[in-house]
Amino acid sequence: MTLLHLENLTKRFGGLIAVNDVSFDVAEGTIVGLIGPNGAGKTTVFNLITGNYRADSGKIVFDGRLINNLPTHKIVSLGIARTFQTIRLFHKLTALENVLAGCHCRMKSGSVAAMFQPPWQRAEEKKALDKAMGELRFVNLETQAMNLAENLSYGNQRLLEVARALATEPRLIILDEPAGGMNDQETAQLIDTIRQIQARGVTVLLIEHDMSLVMKACEKIVVLENGAKIAEGTPPEIKANRRVIEAYLGTDEE
Amino acid sequence: MKNKRWIVYAAFSLVLLTSPAVLNRYWIDVLNVVGLYVMLSLSLNIILGHCGMFHMGHAAFYAVGAYTTAILNTVYAIPVLWLMPLSGLLAGLFALVIARPIIHLRGDYLLIVTIGFVEIVRIALINNVFGITGGANGIFGIDRPTIFGMKISTPGQFFYLIWFFVAVTIYLLRKLEHSRFGRALNYIREDDVAAAGSGIDISHYKLIAFVIGAVWAGFCGTLFAAKMTIIAPESFNFWESVLLFMIVLLGGRGSIAGVILGTFLVIGLPELFRQFATARMLVFGAVMIIMMIFRPEGILPPPPRTYRLDRTAEPEEAA
Repeated sequence: MTLLHLENLTKRFGGLIAVNDVSFDVAEGTIVGLIGPNGAGKTTVFNLITGNYRADSGKIVFDGRLINNLPTHKIVSLGIARTFQTIRLFHKLTALENVLAGCHCRMKSGSVAAMFQPPWQRAEEKKALDKAMGELRFVNLETQAMNLAENLSYGNQRLLEVARALATEPRLIILDEPAGGMNDQETAQLIDTIRQIQARGVTVLLIEHDMSLVMKACEKIVVLENGAKIAEGTPPEIKANRRVIEAYLGTDEE
Repeated sequence: MKNKRWIVYAAFSLVLLTSPAVLNRYWIDVLNVVGLYVMLSLSLNIILGHCGMFHMGHAAFYAVGAYTTAILNTVYAIPVLWLMPLSGLLAGLFALVIARPIIHLRGDYLLIVTIGFVEIVRIALINNVFGITGGANGIFGIDRPTIFGMKISTPGQFFYLIWFFVAVTIYLLRKLEHSRFGRALNYIREDDVAAAGSGIDISHYKLIAFVIGAVWAGFCGTLFAAKMTIIAPESFNFWESVLLFMIVLLGGRGSIAGVILGTFLVIGLPELFRQFATARMLVFGAVMIIMMIFRPEGILPPPPRTYRLDRTAEPEEAA
């Protein structure tokens, strides 16, 4: 079953066509990779899906519902969570509170309930706290719960972003270069974590430059170049694709 | 370390509550003014401190509250304290109406617009808008508040009335800080893109923060009108907004203890050094510059919230 469906998606920034007529599907329960040289428009595609940008034309359908013009927080509550290429944590808050941010959209209490704290509000807080600790444990950061996010190592900050995204109870998680800045050992662990995310029933869409990760983890790969899709297929197909090899290595015309 | 904080808070409260016994009327009145400013600064702290919105027009909401109380009391003789909820409500509604179109503005842009608002309100009041604000002279003859038939009129009586409301404010706002709502404001302050990406409706929370801050400023307006019995547009000028802004930045954004300390420094300290009154602005300016360089988070930045992680216990309120 298709969970996410992109159809003829186009985004222009002034004269630049950042995303040009891109279409692809993400099947539920799979791990899909989006790759391409720098400036190919990968992150722009992510920003379109998550509502940070508005598409100029084309359709984004999530679980049968058109989500093109929804605000980001609505899209998150529908079940799409993301991480950022440049880590965007709440640096001055604790790791636990960063994950609690993800719990926010599954909670209800507002300002009045906060001031008077009826029993249901306390119960909700406790549930959120348990959930947040659970997600920290999932990425092996439970011992860091009370540390400020800015004091975590780079690799751990990336994992914390993953935990925050998972706390929103997504059906699709979008990871923008999750292995960026990680060493080989951390990357190997990350592949493990991504597989565990899949095992939880969450579909994964990721951008990554680390080809070994992409080839190992992804079932399907979509390749972008200059905003347009140039290939789509399984890892072996992509490895053998002439257009992809040219895009990455250049042609030998010169 | 947490216990130490509580000992300091308790000692401070004790000294404050017994101080009217030893102070003369003048100094009690100074403490009353400080109390009002503590409440006002705490209400601005929600907007500026927790949510990070540069709002320099807080006196406008204060004015709406004070004038609501003054007009309804002098015209319809409704007891002033009964007017407190209504004053808060009207200030909140006013905030809702004016903040809705500007809520997406960032930093300095919002600052400029809010400065504009406070000036518009002041000028409207001077020009006797709707013929009910009394123009430049303001409104006089506002009743003293009464509680259970007892008339509050001496500074000593006002001291306990005002600081009672300050205590209620601190209690409720502390709860607010330690909640889903309070956290949401902090997420927005830290990184609004990440906050939206985590599922937080940014405009909604910014707006609610504005409204809650305004409601509280409206409450303060009632107390102010009752205390002064005469109000005039000049009490709600731009400078008042700047003072409040400064208190929050100096004390510590998002920190209740910091804001209280900031109020004592900015409002109380100049009373101690009356003879240097002319140099006040110079000192304020210098202090602000030094603070921004060496301690940009304020004198008493908020400690991180603590949570009880032993899973059987309730989430903790503390520190």
